[in-house]
Amino acid sequence: MIETEYSKVSFFQQYSDRNQGVIGALMLVLVVMIALFAPWIAPYDPYVPVSATTEDVLAPPSREHPLGQDEVGRDVLSQVIYGARISLLVGFAASLLTILLGCTIGLVSGFAGGRVDTFLMRITDGVLVIPTLPLMLVIIAVAGRGIGLIILVIGLFSWPYTARVVRAQVFSVKERQFVMRARAIGVSSFGIMMVHILPQVLPVIFASATLDISAAILAEAGLAFLGLGDPTLISWGSMLNRAFSRGAVSSGAWWYLVPPGFMLVWVTLGLNLVSNTIQEIINPRLRTHHLFDERKITSLLGRLGSQLSSASSPRGTKQ
Amino acid sequence: MNTIGNVSRRALFNLITLAAVVTFNFFLFRVVPGDPVAMMASPRMKPETKELIRQQFGLDKPLWINMPAMREEGKLSSLFDSQFYYYLRNLARGDLGQSFRQKMPVVELIGSRIGLTLLLILTGQFIGVLFGTALGILAAWKARSKTDVTIQFFGLIAWSMPSFWLGIILLTLARGYFPSGGYITLGVSYANTFEPWLDIARHLFLPAMTLALLLFGSYVLIVRNSTLEVLSEDYILTAKAKGLSSFQVLWKHALKNASLPLVTIIAMDLGYALGGAIQIETIFSWPGLGRLMFEAIGQRDYPVLQGVFLLLAVSVIFANFLADLTYSLLDPRVED
Repeated sequence: MIETEYSKVSFFQQYSDRNQGVIGALMLVLVVMIALFAPWIAPYDPYVPVSATTEDVLAPPSREHPLGQDEVGRDVLSQVIYGARISLLVGFAASLLTILLGCTIGLVSGFAGGRVDTFLMRITDGVLVIPTLPLMLVIIAVAGRGIGLIILVIGLFSWPYTARVVRAQVFSVKERQFVMRARAIGVSSFGIMMVHILPQVLPVIFASATLDISAAILAEAGLAFLGLGDPTLISWGSMLNRAFSRGAVSSGAWWYLVPPGFMLVWVTLGLNLVSNTIQEIINPRLRTHHLFDERKITSLLGRLGSQLSSASSPRGTKQ
Repeated sequence: MNTIGNVSRRALFNLITLAAVVTFNFFLFRVVPGDPVAMMASPRMKPETKELIRQQFGLDKPLWINMPAMREEGKLSSLFDSQFYYYLRNLARGDLGQSFRQKMPVVELIGSRIGLTLLLILTGQFIGVLFGTALGILAAWKARSKTDVTIQFFGLIAWSMPSFWLGIILLTLARGYFPSGGYITLGVSYANTFEPWLDIARHLFLPAMTLALLLFGSYVLIVRNSTLEVLSEDYILTAKAKGLSSFQVLWKHALKNASLPLVTIIAMDLGYALGGAIQIETIFSWPGLGRLMFEAIGQRDYPVLQGVFLLLAVSVIFANFLADLTYSLLDPRVED
């Protein structure tokens, strides 16, 4: 009887063997460090108003300001560093809510099956088809732009995907021998769920959590860019909103436009790399296939090339 | 499960979702603190105009159901003499209210903008799907080769890129080569019938490319993974054993099966594409629905915001329903 349980040792070993996973994790560690140590790294405190002259407005990079200055003369580098805090805060807080909701619904739905499952999945599908950004947009435009509400709204409407993935994994686990055995010796449903099923579902949860975090960070940035961020806080999205609406494009102030977006790509790319790696480990079908043979591929390419050229030659001779 | 029963069951669930969205849309704009009229009307409006709005939306009536009226008049129909009923009735008549900034009905405003959003979304989707599918299959076929890694890398970057930032970068880079906003050059007379289209195409290029890149990132990774999964099926081995070339296997067996998830994903991504379109239209001043929504936020033009959101939600729900049906037609394995 072969049972593919993920043992922890082999999972981490497999993970650390993959370059893209290690690179992704390192990229994330760097951003978390920047956010944690922002006050020590940043040359200025971006929340303190500055007295600026006209020469400071959208000033290019200089010795005092390595990434130049914004439309009111504040240091861009410091804003980028402090912005990491807001983006990560929203990312982690909102995705925590997403994961809690998604996991609970996915676990219950998959484990209970039957009518409970049908009912919960209808709700999940219902929420899944509502366009998220427009929905968040109208709620925040009407109800206010506080950071708490932004986190709540992102978290409340992003869980369906997680719920679906977790449910599918529970279905694939719950009929296995060790669950049957636990059931036979009288372990309670809750006990089976927590002790036997949850650990098997964890890698899937982790993979979708990384995607949830990046989705939450991008959602906050998107809202802030459209002018719906918390007006009292500096995030990468709100920086881009100010940069775009205060003429950084027309004056070519790349030092103001590029860094916040670069950081957004950096974080989401890091998270996507991590998620990709986990998915590759837990889904063996993504590793190899029946057409997979290095030598054949090269010879095939040659054949394909000759096929293409022979297919195009008749037209050539006609002309 | 027979097909008709299946279709009507799906239709019913989508109708329930739709009803939930319509109800939500109503309550969101009423439940928030403050006088609904003050929220729906601009403060500079005359008292008579405000009274007109009050009547039009039945704002002097109770929110949900009118219990007092039913008791007084003793008729069941008086129960529905409420704000929610007025909202539904206006909706059924295709009346989404009046934009108070643009001085015209919301429906007309949407009608004048919807074509441009469709043009943008369709062009972006077409290019995104075309390149996403082609390169996704190529990457799966040559899994773990240099080609695969390169395609995956660019796919991941495109996927990780916030659409608005990508738009800003393209806008900054292409300054001078392409028009920076609008959909047509103002105050120009055209020499022939082709020139206006050429002009629109030049304006469309940057926003459509931004959207296409955004969608490409999502499609290429999905197609790659679903092709990989198909290629590890036993029927692929059978096809190989029959002596078909890899190219034939890819074309006849893999492409067809791997493109199945794409049907659902294109529909599911419509919401994502619309979200991207809001940001992209804002950046390129492309006067579609997204730009309209952005302007409505800035001007606190709530009827417009409410109307556009409803339209977007309804279209996405409908697209998903269609995708569901198509999928079950294409793949007989899907029963539920």
